[in-house]
Amino acid sequence: MSKVQILSKQASPEASVVPVFAPLEFTPHWLDSIRVNYSAAERRIKTLAGRRSVKKEQQLAWMLRAISCIDLTTLQGDDTEGRVRRLANKALNPLRQDLIKQANCEQLNLTTGAVCVYHSMIPAALAVLKNRVPIAAVSAGFPTGLAPMSIKLQEIEASVAAGAAEIDIVVTRSHVLTHNWQALYDEVKAYKLACGSARMKTIIATGQLGNLKNVAKASMVAMMAGSDFIKTSTGTESVNATLLVSLIMMRTIREFYQLTGRKVAFKPAGGIRTAKDAVNYLVLVKEELGDEWLNANMFRFGASGLLTDLERQIEFHLTGRYSANYRHAMA
Amino acid sequence: MLIEKFNTMAYGTAPESDKEARKWLTEHKAKFGLFINGKWEKNAKDDYFPTASPANKEVLAEITQASTENIDEAVACARKALAGWQALTGHERAKHLYALARLIQKHSRVISVLESMDNGKTIRESRDLDIPLAARHFYYHAGWAQISETELTGYEAYGVIGQIIPWNFPFLMLAWKLAPALAAGNTIVLKPAESTSLSALYFADLIQKAGIPKGVINIITGDGEVGEAIVNHPDINKIAFTGSTKVGQIIRRAVAGTAKGLTLELGGKSPFIVFEDADLDGAVEGLVDAIWLNQGQVCCAGSRLLMQESIAEKLIAKIKHRMSKLRAGDSLDKCIDVGAIIDESQRQQIDTLVQQGVAEGATIWQAECALPEKGVYYPPTLLTDVGMNNTCMVNEIFGPVLTAITFRTQEEAIELANNTRYGLACSVWSEDINRALELAPQVRAGVIWINGSNMFDASVGFGGYKESGFGREGGHEGMLAYVKPTFLTSLKDEKPIVNVTPKNYTTSASLSTINRTAKMFIGGKQARADGGDSYPVFDNKGNLEGEVGLGNRKDIRNAVEAADKAAGWSVANGHTRAQILYYIAENLSLREKEFVESIKRMTGAKQAQAEKEVSLSIQRLFSAAAWADKFEGSVHQPPVRGVVLAMKEAVGIIGITAAENSPWLSFISLLSSAIAMGNRVIIIPGSQAALMAIDFYQILEASDLPAGVVNIITGNRDELTMAMATHNNVDALWYFGSQQTSQAIEVEAADNMKRTWVSYGKAYDWSDNGQAEGRNILNKAVEIKNIWVPYGDQMGGTTKY
Repeated sequence: MSKVQILSKQASPEASVVPVFAPLEFTPHWLDSIRVNYSAAERRIKTLAGRRSVKKEQQLAWMLRAISCIDLTTLQGDDTEGRVRRLANKALNPLRQDLIKQANCEQLNLTTGAVCVYHSMIPAALAVLKNRVPIAAVSAGFPTGLAPMSIKLQEIEASVAAGAAEIDIVVTRSHVLTHNWQALYDEVKAYKLACGSARMKTIIATGQLGNLKNVAKASMVAMMAGSDFIKTSTGTESVNATLLVSLIMMRTIREFYQLTGRKVAFKPAGGIRTAKDAVNYLVLVKEELGDEWLNANMFRFGASGLLTDLERQIEFHLTGRYSANYRHAMA
Repeated sequence: MLIEKFNTMAYGTAPESDKEARKWLTEHKAKFGLFINGKWEKNAKDDYFPTASPANKEVLAEITQASTENIDEAVACARKALAGWQALTGHERAKHLYALARLIQKHSRVISVLESMDNGKTIRESRDLDIPLAARHFYYHAGWAQISETELTGYEAYGVIGQIIPWNFPFLMLAWKLAPALAAGNTIVLKPAESTSLSALYFADLIQKAGIPKGVINIITGDGEVGEAIVNHPDINKIAFTGSTKVGQIIRRAVAGTAKGLTLELGGKSPFIVFEDADLDGAVEGLVDAIWLNQGQVCCAGSRLLMQESIAEKLIAKIKHRMSKLRAGDSLDKCIDVGAIIDESQRQQIDTLVQQGVAEGATIWQAECALPEKGVYYPPTLLTDVGMNNTCMVNEIFGPVLTAITFRTQEEAIELANNTRYGLACSVWSEDINRALELAPQVRAGVIWINGSNMFDASVGFGGYKESGFGREGGHEGMLAYVKPTFLTSLKDEKPIVNVTPKNYTTSASLSTINRTAKMFIGGKQARADGGDSYPVFDNKGNLEGEVGLGNRKDIRNAVEAADKAAGWSVANGHTRAQILYYIAENLSLREKEFVESIKRMTGAKQAQAEKEVSLSIQRLFSAAAWADKFEGSVHQPPVRGVVLAMKEAVGIIGITAAENSPWLSFISLLSSAIAMGNRVIIIPGSQAALMAIDFYQILEASDLPAGVVNIITGNRDELTMAMATHNNVDALWYFGSQQTSQAIEVEAADNMKRTWVSYGKAYDWSDNGQAEGRNILNKAVEIKNIWVPYGDQMGGTTKY
């Protein structure tokens, strides 16, 4: 097990200190033994919900945990400062005060895990959040990642300078599809170095990688290159996060941990809309990675609509009455 | 509390409601009679025993111990109902089966809950696996009932079937047994296991709701004595049993000589093979399904882990990690993986075997899996550092115990996989389809799962090789287990051949021709009898025809050795086998006249009849050659993304004792069908065909038949037959002769679970094509192996064809 190299440390939403990783050397033979059997992976996912059921107060706790792990996101062409301020306010107050009181969980000081915006929206978010919730900026030519390298690196540096504590970058899919692992490594490493003290989330865009073996290999290369998180999707692919690709990415994280001692965090993004989905993801994390990954330092949901469903289910849980969207503050 | 739960993110309990199940128990006052002739009957002696939940030892109900009178009545009612049930059209029977399938679905929750309460298995398994699959079996077999009139021609139902099912999958096994039997037109007396009768008793209510005619299904409860009474009941036509090999052997011996049909689905010690090119995480999940499903109380559990040495360390680490995530608990908790063991005696048996294995040197590792204080539990267990001789590597444990060993090469993996008396199932994990598909036919097991484990479907046959039993459940082959050829019922007793008093003779000197050295044929060579003796053969008029070797037990041994070495024949393709059979026919036809004369001399047959017999024998060889590349398997498409290849494989080494009547034709008919399917045979000719058989080996020698495929032994037929019956490397025995020897064979066959086909003193008509060639014989010459090949790689799964 090689020594964990750490670039720097960062104050985290969990109020503890998390490492910010430095790139490791490119070790292509780690890819050689990667095998993924699609049907077997699929069976694991199909039976998971039947094997684990979270009920009663546990369910409430798990839903609160899910909220704390959300990267509350807006990544639209029509985003405005006002829209982002509203989002940031929601991130600070994700659950209605009366529900927090009823659940008797004021001491959690519940916020979402981060707010995720484009670079230009960082100042607006920062003005509201005042470092109480970290800002994640999508960068490096998001969502295709096909801008010139120099511009992508400048964008990252600018976002970090503007106050983003986390940078979400996206890999060049052609490197994965052509198995040009060296190029993929070089690219991600360059982004990583540009991130400096910010934690980097590497989006591999699973929906465009063709098969699960590519998902596993791209994940492994991204981690070698120093990613702090690996992330499924930009949210703009036709298929975004699924439990199936998440399973493979989590297993690769576990494998990488065994090889290096590094615990890389995971972020599924896109397509996770219901409280039930969220709980299933948490179950998968608990089963495949373990409790140490069940917090906002190590796990995030990239989502926008998910929060509303969690709020409604929490209200139902506390009151016994099914809720309506309009009873909860819009993000 | 909430904050703590938020911080720990621990699981809690998620209990399934038992309200409906308890309501049903209360409706029956938690006291059950027997379901005979469509209604509940009491036992005159008021003989009840309790049934308890293994998860907490709570007594759930009292159940009747059926008396002899009860059993007689149930059988009589089944007999009485038979004519009416068979008079129904296939469509009408289909509607009844369909109604049962619908009712199971409609009441699936309460059945699942009852099953888990009574058995201790997790509610996940009964809810997601057992009960849906039970419904699927009724649907599938409703279909067989519907098409039975056109698709099962030439067959008829056995009649009254006695079915004895085990405690590990009580409701599922009930479905596996009842559905095909009903579809075929049989009536049934079914006995659930004494510790798990409740779901069968619930099913009795469904039988009433479905309007199944009275007496068609009778459910009687009780212990092993009730099972024994069913097995020995003279008015039952077939026994179907699922359970341990030990009990299977007792049943085999008990029904020996009765001509009752018999299918046995017995124990296993199935290999779970992981190659270095496997998806190891996938394989570990496969193991969870293979050995920790139902606490390992599964006949086809993957209990022997064979790991390629290069990845063994890594795999073991992954297995331990996965084991540490297993949760044990109450069977109705929806958040557990491991339920309760069926009862205390089973738990002790598991523990005893494990301790024995450890005493023999195994290293034990058990998951830190919190076990409930009440109830009967055993922790998931891994044993390593063992040899193939370790108790836990050899014996079926029927518990959550995995025993692991390494191998070096694919060839060695196959050898280790086959290094067992059992042959039920095998899982193989490799991302190389070439490797997996090459391995599958080489493992002697009825079911092979490629990159999967414990997958089942009604359309796919399930059943074992070797001591894992015989007969299949599911698929076309499963239907064939509940019907028999129609001609069987009309067979007449065999008339003994007339032994003419030999005229005075002196050996050799009396022969006008050169002294013939008739030997036996073993391993492609002419072999003298081991004892150095020969005996005279007389023709129909009492004249000395010649002398043949007097074979003994050692000659049989040598012949089996030779057949064992000829395994290449079983691998040869159908085309190759056909070519040789045609060639044999060609060479026989060159000597047609000589054989006609022999038949005339030996049997006293007239010219025309002798000519017909030889001509038919050539036809049989052609027919066998024709079938060699046409009696093929099939491809199933069960409800998974993938295919199942149902392959017909040679049974292996078949001992054949040809008939005394039509000795030549029965000899050729049986021999040709057996070798056409790739079997290697040791054949004993009818007494009057002994010299012809010897002449025939010259034909075999001239026909490119590989050495050891056919071995011909002459001598005392019954004595030689019993030498084959007691030989544990003979896989099947076909005997045409006396009732007494038929019975003795079936008793001895129990030891290694030989497949037997005996005539019980009846005479087959060897000139009848329906009896003497084609499917009726070929079905006995093959084992059906189902190879599951789940596939998929593209993201999002297969979307279009």
